Amino acid sequence: MKKTFLKHEHFQQLLDALKEAGFACIGPQVRDGAIIYDTLTTSTQLPWGLRDFQEPGSYRLEKTAEYKAFSWANGPQALKPYLFKAEETLWRVKRDEAGKFIFEAEYAKAPAIAFIGARACDLAALAIQDKVFIEAKQIDIRYQQRRESLLIIAVNCTYASKNCFCVSAGTGPKVNHAYDLVLTEVDQGFVVQSGSERGAAILAKLTLTPASLLQIQQGALEIQQAANMQSKKIPFNNTRALGLALMNKLDHPRWLDVAERCLSCGNCTLVCPTCFCHSERDKPSLEATSSEHVREWDSCFTKGHSYITGKVIRPDTQSRYRQWLTHKVATWFEQFDVSGCVGCGRCITWCPVGIDLTEELSAMVEDFHET
Amino acid sequence: MKLDPYLPKSAEIMARFQESPTIFSVQCRFSDAKWQQQFCFQPGQFNILYLYGVGEVAISIASDPTCQDSFLHTIRVVGRVTRALAHLKVGDQVGIRGPFGSFWPLNDAIGHDVLIITGGLGCAPTIAAINYLLLRPNDYGHITILQGIKHSDDFIFKDKYAAWQAMPNTTLFIAANEASHDWLGIRGYVTDKLASLSFPEKNTLVFICGPEIMMQVALDILLQKNFPEKAVYFSLERNMECALGHCGHCQLGGLFVCKDGPIFAYPTIKALFNRPGF
Repeated sequence: MKKTFLKHEHFQQLLDALKEAGFACIGPQVRDGAIIYDTLTTSTQLPWGLRDFQEPGSYRLEKTAEYKAFSWANGPQALKPYLFKAEETLWRVKRDEAGKFIFEAEYAKAPAIAFIGARACDLAALAIQDKVFIEAKQIDIRYQQRRESLLIIAVNCTYASKNCFCVSAGTGPKVNHAYDLVLTEVDQGFVVQSGSERGAAILAKLTLTPASLLQIQQGALEIQQAANMQSKKIPFNNTRALGLALMNKLDHPRWLDVAERCLSCGNCTLVCPTCFCHSERDKPSLEATSSEHVREWDSCFTKGHSYITGKVIRPDTQSRYRQWLTHKVATWFEQFDVSGCVGCGRCITWCPVGIDLTEELSAMVEDFHET
Repeated sequence: MKLDPYLPKSAEIMARFQESPTIFSVQCRFSDAKWQQQFCFQPGQFNILYLYGVGEVAISIASDPTCQDSFLHTIRVVGRVTRALAHLKVGDQVGIRGPFGSFWPLNDAIGHDVLIITGGLGCAPTIAAINYLLLRPNDYGHITILQGIKHSDDFIFKDKYAAWQAMPNTTLFIAANEASHDWLGIRGYVTDKLASLSFPEKNTLVFICGPEIMMQVALDILLQKNFPEKAVYFSLERNMECALGHCGHCQLGGLFVCKDGPIFAYPTIKALFNRPGF
């Protein structure tokens, strides 16, 4: 597909074209000192000239010298909250006059979303969540409805935070999953490429110039720079070999060591773009004439997660952290033929005590050699 | 529109039986007659029962699969939802999703002896298998049932057990760890009784249900008796909410107990079986 150039000052045209095509635009913007995704109506809302500085347990935004909209790595969210909702009504039940139940499914009502700013790691995570909710034998219709109407405007990373390790995880920084449009930000604008007919139709409405060789080269160089900036690595490059090694270390003393630091708060699971655990509960109306059945995100760091009658399978932090990490990088392969880690580094940044899974993994599998 | 696996279907309570002070059974029928007709399951599978305004709970199906006009659930009052379910009366409605999960290998067992070992109360998954086997005596060899209970006062289904004992080709042992003076069964662990028995017939299949530590002891004894690992089947219990492999609670390593189980051949779960925290 031909590469074109969209000037910074014409970014608003993209938002307008998407709106005209019936999409609700969701894009990055600053809130409470972090870059989050929400409704984007004007291009001025974008985090122009801002960059995130991340460390284990730390996230702060600072002004940069260059006036760019995407010269940051990521914030706490990915696409997950827009497809797999943090809380959602699955169905309602009413009782008719004879006391008979009437079950009514609740399906997605919101308009189709154009998601602006999805990164390579986010799209890798999306592909994983697709496997959980719509590529299995049993599917979630609500997720499917949102997923099918989703328009993806991806952005190649030109900067990596200290917690990014997508190169080692095999997911980025260049977008390599399906997208409708992909942008690479260079001086004065974006090198744009469409990846679908829907994307091409949107592009047709914008003021574009052919991308110059210089612009294309600068884009490629910036992406390479985002790769070169990364210092963190996940052992065995996130392959099955890591899972195999870790499952041989279930009694490693490091589990106890990390459990003494871990607060079992579940932040890592909430910011993780692939974690899919959820629980269901009933919300009966006060008049007792109807009840709502609600699903909400759950975390394997809670006591309730492994509760069975009279017994909690994972009563302590050590077993919960071990469940989370072994699932993420080892048993995930058995379930979905891929690692559950995409190298976004969110669990490191948003951990209140700065636990770094790459460090924990290295400490446990450093001496492991495939036999 | 595809069928929504999250959405229950309404069903009616046809009959209710109090089996013990804390165990009851409900016979249910889907309100939609067509749905009831096409509802088919295998012993060992479970349904998700929904109680209005309270929530859902996974309960195994206790009736025989050939019974087409209704299905039976035997429920022990242990938690929030089961306590509320105990108040159901004939004519009341519940929501049902199912059937879900794997089942006992009753087809593979045709022509063979079957040994069933249960520990503790509420072994409804094995009750369904026992009923199935005993209803088809010509298809199977000798059936040995070993039931372990904590205290002899917990013993339920007295009539059922008496009937089973009277069946030809069937041996029944009931062991109580603690027993009152008038207890006629075995005193001690069910696994001790297992150790004392010999099984001359080859290709005997073993179905086990109970606490994992008891299942582990039983397994060790069986392997000592040269039972092959693949002849031993377990029914596992985990927190099962969605039953679709989506909610994540029931994971045992890479397995979802709700859809890959709850019935597993031992080799499938060997790596993490009875391992604390998994």
